Amino acid sequence: MSTIYALATARGKSGVAVIRVSGPDAFCELSKIVGALPKPRSSALRKVRNACGELIDFALVLTFEKGASFTGEDVVELHLHGGVATINAMLGVLSENKNLTLAQPGEFTRRALENGCLDLSQVEGLSDLIEAETEAQRKQAIKVFSGGLGDKANVWRKKLIRAMALVEATIDFADEDVPVDVTPEVTELINSVLPELQSELSGAKAAERIRDGFEVAIIGEPNVGKSTLLNCLAGRDAAITSEIAGTTRDIIEVRMDLSGIPVTFLDTAGLRATDDTVESLGVERAVSRAKNADLRVFLYIGEQNFTHISPRDDDIVLHAKADIFPNVVDGISGESQKGVSSLVQTITDTLETRVAGASSLIRARHQEALETAILMLNTALEHLCALDDKSEIVSEYLRIAVRALDSLVGRVDVEHILDEIFSSFCLGK
Amino acid sequence: MKHFDVIVVGGGHAGTEAAHAAARMGASTALITLRGQDIGVMSCNPAIGGLGKGHLVREIDAMDGVMGRVADQAGIQFRLLNRRKGPAVQGPRAQADRNLYKKAMQLEISSQENLHLVIGEAVDLILECNAVQGVKLADGSEIRSKAVILTAGTFLRGVIHIGEEKRSGGRMGDNPSIQLAETLDRFDFSLQRLKTGTPPRLDGNTIDWRNLESQPGDEEPTMFSFLNTKPFAKQVSCGITHTNEQTHDIIRQNLNKSAMYGGRIDGIGPRYCPSIEDKVVRFSDKTSHQIFLEPEGLDVSTIYPNGISTSLPADVQADYVRSIRGLENAVITQLGYAIEYDYIDPRALSASLETVLVANLYFAGQINGTTGYEEAAAQGLVAGLNAALKTKNREQIHFSRAESYIGVMIDDLITKGVSEPYRMFTSRAEYRLSLRADNADQRLTEFGYNIGCVSNTRKSSFYRKMHDIDEVSKRLASLSLSPNEIGGFGIKVNHDGKRRNGFELLALPDVSFGSLEQIVPELTDVSKETKDQIARDSLYSNYLGRQAKDVQALKRDEAHQIPKDFNFAPIVGLSNELKSKLNQIRPETLGQAGRIDGMTPAAMTLILASLKKITASGGSND
Repeated sequence: MSTIYALATARGKSGVAVIRVSGPDAFCELSKIVGALPKPRSSALRKVRNACGELIDFALVLTFEKGASFTGEDVVELHLHGGVATINAMLGVLSENKNLTLAQPGEFTRRALENGCLDLSQVEGLSDLIEAETEAQRKQAIKVFSGGLGDKANVWRKKLIRAMALVEATIDFADEDVPVDVTPEVTELINSVLPELQSELSGAKAAERIRDGFEVAIIGEPNVGKSTLLNCLAGRDAAITSEIAGTTRDIIEVRMDLSGIPVTFLDTAGLRATDDTVESLGVERAVSRAKNADLRVFLYIGEQNFTHISPRDDDIVLHAKADIFPNVVDGISGESQKGVSSLVQTITDTLETRVAGASSLIRARHQEALETAILMLNTALEHLCALDDKSEIVSEYLRIAVRALDSLVGRVDVEHILDEIFSSFCLGK
Repeated sequence: MKHFDVIVVGGGHAGTEAAHAAARMGASTALITLRGQDIGVMSCNPAIGGLGKGHLVREIDAMDGVMGRVADQAGIQFRLLNRRKGPAVQGPRAQADRNLYKKAMQLEISSQENLHLVIGEAVDLILECNAVQGVKLADGSEIRSKAVILTAGTFLRGVIHIGEEKRSGGRMGDNPSIQLAETLDRFDFSLQRLKTGTPPRLDGNTIDWRNLESQPGDEEPTMFSFLNTKPFAKQVSCGITHTNEQTHDIIRQNLNKSAMYGGRIDGIGPRYCPSIEDKVVRFSDKTSHQIFLEPEGLDVSTIYPNGISTSLPADVQADYVRSIRGLENAVITQLGYAIEYDYIDPRALSASLETVLVANLYFAGQINGTTGYEEAAAQGLVAGLNAALKTKNREQIHFSRAESYIGVMIDDLITKGVSEPYRMFTSRAEYRLSLRADNADQRLTEFGYNIGCVSNTRKSSFYRKMHDIDEVSKRLASLSLSPNEIGGFGIKVNHDGKRRNGFELLALPDVSFGSLEQIVPELTDVSKETKDQIARDSLYSNYLGRQAKDVQALKRDEAHQIPKDFNFAPIVGLSNELKSKLNQIRPETLGQAGRIDGMTPAAMTLILASLKKITASGGSND
């Protein structure tokens, strides 16, 4: 039985967010992450850190023993501060743990049911509950398929079945008239599916952003007017501004609605080498958040000289304080509002393009499936290139990849593979 | 009147294995067959094993069944297929001398305690209260028993086709079982038609072998039985030749005369064993097909040309055979033919191979829609063991997909049914990396001993082997070497600071047992068999962890039993299509239900919820 985890409360900003972990490894794995667990049915405040030892949050940790929990298994609940980033960081830590799996929708309830933790009246009510879940799944499937994912998935399915059939043919019909070396065709098939999976996955990020909001980081050297620009965008004094370089230490977030797209602007500490411990922590944090943001607005004065982080993709680079330097072409100023509406327009345009490219992978488990499939297909490729014959290992990875994609491509049964083998090769000696 | 615990009807591969298994379990067993000298006959090609099939034979042997031992006695050319691939997909195969095979099988049957041979034709079942109590023979006599296993093979309403000629027969030269088929008609079994075919047999003395390629057996032959180490009979080679454009032209011009292409056969044939007519039509761009010329025995000259089965008329068979290189003057000693026969939709069976409709009645072998000696024998084993257990009022045994190819096959048959003659392939086994031919005994022998079908001789030989493996395994597991120490022995390893034990070392590329002997000198004294087995076990250790998780999930679902009288109709939210499939297949566990074509996770949850409800209320779900 695997140990599963998921966010138990609604996504988005809230006072408290609860992440639930259930299964035989829950106590063992979570104690590695939060330290000593409280006694069952009691709580304790614990520091939660990521793999690098970075503090993520202070969490109220609750444990429930097997037989006395919602699912009937060992359960750990982490009550975190309900920030989107906190939740994501925590889920990230859990997803890195090989013994923990992201729960399927309804899996906690399913386990509760299987372990007999719901009584008769609850079970009677469950039928309706499950009905609702199926309806939601159906709606989602329609959405996914009408979005054209169905066609793509069919192509992937066909290619992967073909790839598996080729490998299986060399295994199960070794004594017959089948091609001895199927490596080139299998490699080609996998290589034609991989980039499509990857592009679908990158679209998944946009799909997630549509739900949770895009992040746009404003960065630049100290005192170029980042906070002033943020306040101008926000229409209020969200960040403290002053003439003193290094005023902003922590990251200031302002959520906005740009033509229907949820955007969070991040005001960050000015980037410079500094001996001040607090400020250097702020710089570190600014760089890390800016790197993970969806888009960055770089502000500079005079020379473009970006030391800590460089512009990439669609990043926007503007000359700061256009009120003082009226002659620069790409100038912006929070003070005079010069160039601000044009910046908003550029950001909106860029994000709209990304929204348009959003895939139908709106569920975390779809993304997880794609990530697994991509990893497994890459591993299969590595084994294909091995000098000695590793057909059965290649086939194993292909099988796992297809199983991961099952919910997208439809179930691939061994019969489908045999069908492909028999229609391609003349078998039977 | 005679009285037995178990009656087995049919002396083919399923019947002999079933009867022997039941007798090993201590059940007094009668094997009813038409002619005693036909026990152990190989109706089709003279070979045992292959990919998937070899796995089955090993599993039968691990349970102390007969097929592996007999095949070793009769083997005249042994080859381990896929030798260059990993052990999980290597399958032992052997050409068998037909007469040696028959002789060895007949000896096994006659020397087995509790096993009695009855010569006669079973024509009817004795029924009381919808449970089988014995069989009636054609001469009017009755034999009583607590359980009956039917292994009628291709004999149920068998019809043989050679061109436009059509005669009834269960096999060339044998009468079909018509009355028995009519008996089965009285029940609600769904009987359907399948077909299969054989090639013409040739006189080896009339073949020109000089220009033909020859295929010898392995230099180090791999035996079927875990008890044997080397062949008993003299070893020979097979020949290889090919069809050509002229062969194909002859076949094309005479297609309308073929029973299969002339529309005289309705049965569905196996796609992996097509007739030469099929090959020529479906793969018209191929200008040549391979033929293996397999000797049928050491002291007979008959050759089985594997690859040209047909239902063309006699003159066309002679024409196309003689168009083939080496066969220019070949004399046909027995014509090729197609055979059509009844099979019973195996979805009417439970995992013990007992029918759901009639208590104490078991079906095994080709009657269940399978093809191949090995598939038949494996079912015979399952039915024989369960019938014997039933007569002792002991619980039926269930082979799991996670533990054996036998389990994969039975589950496929009773869950999915068949659309063409079912053959074992390694690709059908999702836990292929752990279900290997080499570890069949590690998977099954102890299980067999516990239920009572494995002899003390085999048990002690198995425990000796496991003891050796365990000793060495402990030694390997206790090793703990740093990357530096490992590097000191000339083994390439990542300097990741991780200490490794012996198994982890073996899993490294380019590390063999030989490389370990410099680290642990006492390993030099370990036998080659032990070393090889440990190397094979550790080869897949990285992948087995993942499979173990899947297996756990499977077992969890298998643990949810579905009562026999469970009604799927009242479950709200299930589609009508699924409901009718479920009511037809009657899965025994939630796991089996999950493998039914079209099943969804949501539907599984609905069934589970409904199951929970009835267990809680202790009643039925109507």
